[in-house]
Amino acid sequence: MALFTRAPKAEPILGQNRMVAALLGVATWIIGLTFFFPLFWLVLNGFKSELDANSSPKLFFEPTFDRFTEVTEETTGLLSFSEAFGNSFWTVVPSTLLVMLLAVPAAYALAIRPMRKWRDVLFFFISTKFLPIVGAVMPLWIIARDFDLLNTRTILIVLYTAMNLPLAVWMLRSFFAEVPKELIEAAQIDGTSLMGQIRQVILPIVAPGLAATALLCVIFAWNEFFLAVQLNPVEGSTMPVWVASQESGRGNFLAKLSAASVLATLPVVLAGWVAQKRMIRGLAMGAIK
Amino acid sequence: MSNAVVERERELRADEVRRAGEVKRLERRDGWKRRLPILPALLFTIVVTQIPFLFTLFYSLTDWRIDKPEPREFVGFENYGDLPGDKFFRDAAWVSVQMTVMAVLFSLIVGTLLAILLDRKFFGQGFVRTLLITPFLVMPVVAGFMWKSQMFSATFGVLNWIIELFGFEAVEFATKYPLASVVVVLVWQWSPFMMLIVLAGLQGQDSSVLEAARVDGATSFGIFRQITFPQLRPFLELGTLLGAIYLIQVYDHIDVVVGGQPAAKNLPFYIAQRSIGGGNVFGLASAYSIVVVIASIILANIGLRVLSNLLEDDS
Repeated sequence: MALFTRAPKAEPILGQNRMVAALLGVATWIIGLTFFFPLFWLVLNGFKSELDANSSPKLFFEPTFDRFTEVTEETTGLLSFSEAFGNSFWTVVPSTLLVMLLAVPAAYALAIRPMRKWRDVLFFFISTKFLPIVGAVMPLWIIARDFDLLNTRTILIVLYTAMNLPLAVWMLRSFFAEVPKELIEAAQIDGTSLMGQIRQVILPIVAPGLAATALLCVIFAWNEFFLAVQLNPVEGSTMPVWVASQESGRGNFLAKLSAASVLATLPVVLAGWVAQKRMIRGLAMGAIK
Repeated sequence: MSNAVVERERELRADEVRRAGEVKRLERRDGWKRRLPILPALLFTIVVTQIPFLFTLFYSLTDWRIDKPEPREFVGFENYGDLPGDKFFRDAAWVSVQMTVMAVLFSLIVGTLLAILLDRKFFGQGFVRTLLITPFLVMPVVAGFMWKSQMFSATFGVLNWIIELFGFEAVEFATKYPLASVVVVLVWQWSPFMMLIVLAGLQGQDSSVLEAARVDGATSFGIFRQITFPQLRPFLELGTLLGAIYLIQVYDHIDVVVGGQPAAKNLPFYIAQRSIGGGNVFGLASAYSIVVVIASIILANIGLRVLSNLLEDDS
């Protein structure tokens, strides 16, 4: 079943009347803008002076970049913006690479040349996501402490890899299952080696799926807070912990906190905008392929 | 029957047996060849996700407190015996149930409505979809803070500003309705996710079937009920499953929006608070964890049954 290819366009569910259609279009716009409003307001607050932000809501004000420079330059807190950003980057990127390194062969074994009982194995991966992380966090904390891994990026890299692996296996399997078996067989008959088959036949087809999966892993790892704050509350910590630490400051720092939030959120929001269609296709394909 | 024939027969049979053995060996070797690529991922997952639970199980049978020096004593099932009497645990369990059910259900409803609205041609369709997706991408800590201080807040909050515009008294939402406040933020973040999954389902519909129904004079609502909805079912189930997996573990939103007020404290939050969050009663908290894990396994089994139906359907 091919998603997103709908050559004669299916009639929409709601009304065919032109008037109704126009009204529904307007309604959708209003709902879309309403959903986005809190974020719009966040960006706006980031450009306000504290005086403007900490008053009853104001739409018009004199915009300033000062809050952004303040939060990026300040080094008085437990960790500075650039440290947190670096920590996040060097946690998220290695963990995502590790996830892909483990998940790609696994997806191959589940979809292209399926092993026996591949369903049971896939279920096992998914089932690990059902187990509440809080049930494991105490031993993890103790193991991390005993191995001197508390407040290091290493422990987060390992845990984020485990956190994202089931989802990556699930998504990649559905992308790999899309590779036509005939293509692979044809390559085999031509005497192409396994590596050759992977490079020439499989990779070109699954490449967009790989990118979408990696991006989803990046999003979840970048936004993760619970493990980061429990295992890495101090210097090794990441952007979410940095944002949360901005909040604990006394006094009225709404504008500053907004600026910090915008900076912390932006990379992942941009990535998500770029990959939106493919990401969800990978998730949804799992259900039907 | 001559000796030669018997001999020949025996040879043939022996040959067959040999060949069968050969095939089996090849198959076995092939089996390992097929299994090999998945082993690293499997081993990694087992070591990182399963072994800590064995430790938790062991801790749950001790009276261990991190603030008291060792040795920890083995107390058997005493911790579990304390459990039914712990009002805070019961409250947290009830909050967990309410929060997960409400958040999943409302996001599913809102997400489906959004998907239906989006699944039609109108000016700026792609742009509006992008607007609607964005909440899902936002860091939960930021989402929580944002709603708390610029939407819910009685002094600076936009919601209260609107309420006051209509002449009503401002409400400190996060303090007065902590559970509802958290659910609102969760629904805001997860509706877009549900919307995308349902949208994939709507767009995968076979247009010729819809066309035929229309030619036969079916109403829009009739088509939705009899054709679209049955086709959407696997997508709705998938959304429920994935949503529940993540929403049952919510921690960040609670921490930021309500800071652990009892009325909005779920099990993950409560357990973290009692153990590494400063409570220090590791033995007892481990017992809580084990109970949560067992409950999760029961729920997961139900969920996996749904999932297995999803996978069976296509094969």
